[in-house]
Amino acid sequence: MHRTYKDLPSEPVAMQSTEDIITGTWRSIRPVVNEDKCIRCYMCWKYCPDMSIIVEKEGDYPTVDLDHCKGCGICSNECPRGAIKMQREVL
Amino acid sequence: MIDDPVNKHYKFTIPREDLMTPGHSACPGCGEPLALRYLLKALGPRTVINLPAGCAAIIPGVWPRYSLKVPLVDHAFECTAAVSSGIRAALDKKGVEDVTVVGWAGDGGTVDIGLQALSGAVDRSTDFLYVMYDNEAYMNTGIQCSGATPCGAWTTTTPGGKHIQKRHDKKPIMEMMIANGIVYGGTVSVAYPEDFIRTIRRAKSIKGPKFIHAYSPCPSGWRMDPRKAIEVSRLAVRTGMFPLYEFQEGRYRFTKEIKKRKPVEEYLRLQGRFKHLTPADVAEVQALVDREYEELEAKVEAGRR
Repeated sequence: MHRTYKDLPSEPVAMQSTEDIITGTWRSIRPVVNEDKCIRCYMCWKYCPDMSIIVEKEGDYPTVDLDHCKGCGICSNECPRGAIKMQREVL
Repeated sequence: MIDDPVNKHYKFTIPREDLMTPGHSACPGCGEPLALRYLLKALGPRTVINLPAGCAAIIPGVWPRYSLKVPLVDHAFECTAAVSSGIRAALDKKGVEDVTVVGWAGDGGTVDIGLQALSGAVDRSTDFLYVMYDNEAYMNTGIQCSGATPCGAWTTTTPGGKHIQKRHDKKPIMEMMIANGIVYGGTVSVAYPEDFIRTIRRAKSIKGPKFIHAYSPCPSGWRMDPRKAIEVSRLAVRTGMFPLYEFQEGRYRFTKEIKKRKPVEEYLRLQGRFKHLTPADVAEVQALVDREYEELEAKVEAGRR
């Protein structure tokens, strides 16, 4: 992409989003949503520090973006109905 | 945590749009990307952020990748508010009025290192918003004690044990800034996002120097389970360790009033950094928190009259 210094931009500007960094590899436990227990309060979406709980539109059940979820477990701790369980990753 | 009201209408209680992308380099369970996310939700895309060295300099990502959708200026440790002043002056010269300038610094970069620049910018009545995210030590360099480290906490420079190194409480940064002449001051916590966004929006609507003190948990530095990060932040508010209030036009007001405070022991026992505290030490911390909370209550009461 950048072969010589002439290919670099003239000032330090960020050109790419961090979305292509796969932080999901940091994870040792993964959240699993139980849709039978979920009441769609979106507490998990609200408290996710990695923007990894995805709700397409109001009324949908939350899904987990496993490419970026770091497995901190905040969603499972904050869920008022215990609908999110943390499961050990299997290699 | 069932005691918080649960929204039964499948509605979002905070703005939907995120001005931050996933893939940033914060530790799992860190409160700071959460605070940045709420801040940008409240302010919208017409914002310029400037930040010094600290965790905040790393979290947006390593060049050429970047996780925020607003412009950012990175600079030396001690000049957050000075750089904000410069950005504001440049925008004024260009005739741009609808852009909010945000200085975003950590507790070390505010109460210790950046204090004179902040004091100067407030003195010049720069129209900017200064946010201090408080994780109660120099976390980025490896958990050294800062002016905002609470009484009794373990850090690598204040080891725990029989003799507690830090017996006094945090620097009263909000009082210092109020005495310095800010037009608006407020404390916010990541455990109360609706209150967070309301406070930031109120600050945005006022012209002049504004100061926000944001509580941001740090699981790696506080030696706790990352999943407890929000629970600990909520307990900090409920025990009175970190009361949520605002200051405007000479009056104090609680934004989240706690009628019956919980004992601080519940908060302390969730964190490994307070593991060495004996029951007598816990009583000392409780007395300190009680005294400070009562002083604040008296100020709020004086503002009501």
